[in-house]
Amino acid sequence: MLRYSLTRLASLTASLLVASLVIFLVLEVVPGDPAAFMLGLEADPETVAALRRALGLDAPAPVRYLDWLGGMLRGEFGLSYTYKVPVAELIADRLWISLPLALYALALSTLIAFPAGIVAAARRGGPADLAVMGTTQLGIAIPNFWFAMILVLIFAIKLRLFSAGGFPGWGDPLAAMKALTLPAIALALPQASILARIMRSSLIETLQEDYIRTARAKGLTPAQALWRHALRNALIPVLTIIGMQFSFLIAGAIIIENVFFLPGLGRLVFQAITQRDLMVVKNVAMLLVLAITLVTFAVDLAYAAVDPRLRRR
Amino acid sequence: MTDAARAEAEAVLSAPPRTLWRDVWRQFRRHRGAMAGAVIFIAIGLLVTLGPQLHDIDPTAPNFRARNLGPTWAHPLGTDNIGRDSFAQLLHGGRVSLAVGLSAMTLSILLGTLIGILAGYFRRLDGPLMRLTDLFLALPLLPLLLVVIMLFRDPLRTAFGPETGIFLLIVFVIGITSWMQTARIVRGEVLALREREFVLAARSIGTRQHRILIRHILPNVVSPIMVAATLGIASAIITESALSFLGLGFPPDFPTWGRLIYDNKDFIQSAPERVLWPGLALALTVLSVNFMGDGLRDALDPRGRGR
Repeated sequence: MLRYSLTRLASLTASLLVASLVIFLVLEVVPGDPAAFMLGLEADPETVAALRRALGLDAPAPVRYLDWLGGMLRGEFGLSYTYKVPVAELIADRLWISLPLALYALALSTLIAFPAGIVAAARRGGPADLAVMGTTQLGIAIPNFWFAMILVLIFAIKLRLFSAGGFPGWGDPLAAMKALTLPAIALALPQASILARIMRSSLIETLQEDYIRTARAKGLTPAQALWRHALRNALIPVLTIIGMQFSFLIAGAIIIENVFFLPGLGRLVFQAITQRDLMVVKNVAMLLVLAITLVTFAVDLAYAAVDPRLRRR
Repeated sequence: MTDAARAEAEAVLSAPPRTLWRDVWRQFRRHRGAMAGAVIFIAIGLLVTLGPQLHDIDPTAPNFRARNLGPTWAHPLGTDNIGRDSFAQLLHGGRVSLAVGLSAMTLSILLGTLIGILAGYFRRLDGPLMRLTDLFLALPLLPLLLVVIMLFRDPLRTAFGPETGIFLLIVFVIGITSWMQTARIVRGEVLALREREFVLAARSIGTRQHRILIRHILPNVVSPIMVAATLGIASAIITESALSFLGLGFPPDFPTWGRLIYDNKDFIQSAPERVLWPGLALALTVLSVNFMGDGLRDALDPRGRGR
C-alpha cells in the first residue's frame, strides 16, 4: 500500500508540473508580450515598458517559470494587476464562497441521485424507473445557466422566496446558506442526473452477479440482498464519478456564479480573464488543477484501500 | 417443392441482403425514443435551414416603431427592446448553434479517433498519448478556453472577418477541448482489436501498417465513434451556448441561442419569454440528440441485434 501511494504521488507531482508548464505557455509565451496583452491594443509603449519592469518580465521565460513555481511553493502568488493586492489574499477570500457552494451542490446531487438510482434499479422497467430515466434525460439536456435563470424567475421574481443574487457574507450563516441554495440547485441538476443514471446501471449490473443469486438462495429477500450485498459493490464506479464531478462543479461555478453575482472563485477568474489580469488567471488555474488532481489522488487511494487488486498496477 | 414454399424461398432470395447497417437501422427504427429524437432533430434542422426563407425578416434589423411587441401574425414571438423579430432571431440563432455543434463535433471526433488509434495500436505511443489525455482531463478547461478566446479573438477577427473568425475560433476551442472521451473509447477498442486473428493474418501476408489501420482496424471502431459523435453534437452545442452566455462567443448582432439568452437576461422580469424560447430550443435539440445517441448505442450493441 505504501509503495502504491508513493508511485501515485510521483505521477501526481509529474502531472502537476506538466500542467503548470501548459498554463505558463498558454498565458505568458503564446500571447507574445504579456504586458502588452494586459494593457490591450492601444496602450502607450512607455506604460507597457513600466509594467514589464514591474512584473519582472525582463527575465527570460524559463527563469520566470521557475520563479513562479518557487513562489507558489512558498505560498506567494504575486500581486494582482487590477486589484493591487496579493493574489493569495484574493483567492482565500473567494474560496469561502466557492468551496461551500461546490460542497453544497455535491451534497444535493448525491442526496437526489442515490435514492433515485436505487429505486430505478430495484424496480427496473417499472413506472419509477421510467420517471427517473425521463427526468434525468431532461436534467442533462437543460443548460444549467438557463435553468438557473428559470429558478431566479420562479423563486426570486415571482414567489419572492429567495434573493435573485449577491451574497450577504457568513456573518449570518442561515442567510448565507439561503443565498447559496438556488445556485447549488442549478449546479447540482446535471450532476445529479448523471450520477443517478450511473448509480442505476452500476446497481443493475451488480444485481446480476452470482453472489446475489447465492444470497437470494440462502433466503434473503430481494431488498435484503440489495442493501446488504449489491449496494456496496455498486458504489465503486459511483465514487469515481463523484470525484470527477468535483472538477465539473468548479467549471460550472464560473457560469453559475455569474448568473447569481456571487463573488466566488469562478467570478474572480472570469473577471480576471476579461480584464486581462494574467497574474490572477494563472494562479487560480493552477489552484484548480491542484484541487482536481488531489481529489483524484484521494479517490485512487480510497479505492486501493478498499480493493487490494488495484494496488498491483 | 410446393408453390408456396417456392414463393417463400424467392421472397427470401430477392429480399435486400442483410448488412450491418441495415440491421442497425432495423433496431434503431424499433427504438421509440431514438425515432422520436431523430424526427425532432430533423424537424429542428429543417426549421432553422428553411425557416428563414419562409419567415423572411432580417433578425438583426432594428425597428423602433415595433419595440417590445407581444406575439402578432407578423411577429409570431413578438419583438425585443429595439424591435428585432424574436422568431427570426431564434431561427437564425439555431442555424449558427447547429453549425457550431456539427463542426466542433467533427473536429473533436477526428482528433479523438486519431489519438485513440495511435495510442491503441502503437505501444510506444500509448503511454505519452494517454498521459496527454489525462492532462487534458485534469486541466480546468473552461478558464483556459476563455483565455484562448480572449487571446485570439482580435487577430482572427482581422484575418477572417468578424463572423468567420469567431466561428473558426469557437469551433477550434470546443474541438480541441472535447476529444478525450472519444480517444479513450477508441484506444480501448483498438487495444483489443490489435490482438485479434484477422490483424495477425493481415500482418502475416505482408500488409503495411497504415493499410492495417485503415482497412482492418478503423471499420471495426466505427460504431463507438458514431455514438460518441452523436453525443458530441449535444455537448458542443451546450458549450457554445455557455460561451455565448458569458459574452465571449459571437458578436451581439450575430444571434445564437446562447447569445439570445445573454442579450435578454436583463429583461427576464418584463419579458421572460425572450429567455424561455432560446433555452427551450437548446434543451429540445440536446434532448433529441441524446435520445438518438442512446438508440444508436442500443442498435449497435451486437447482443441486442437480430431480435
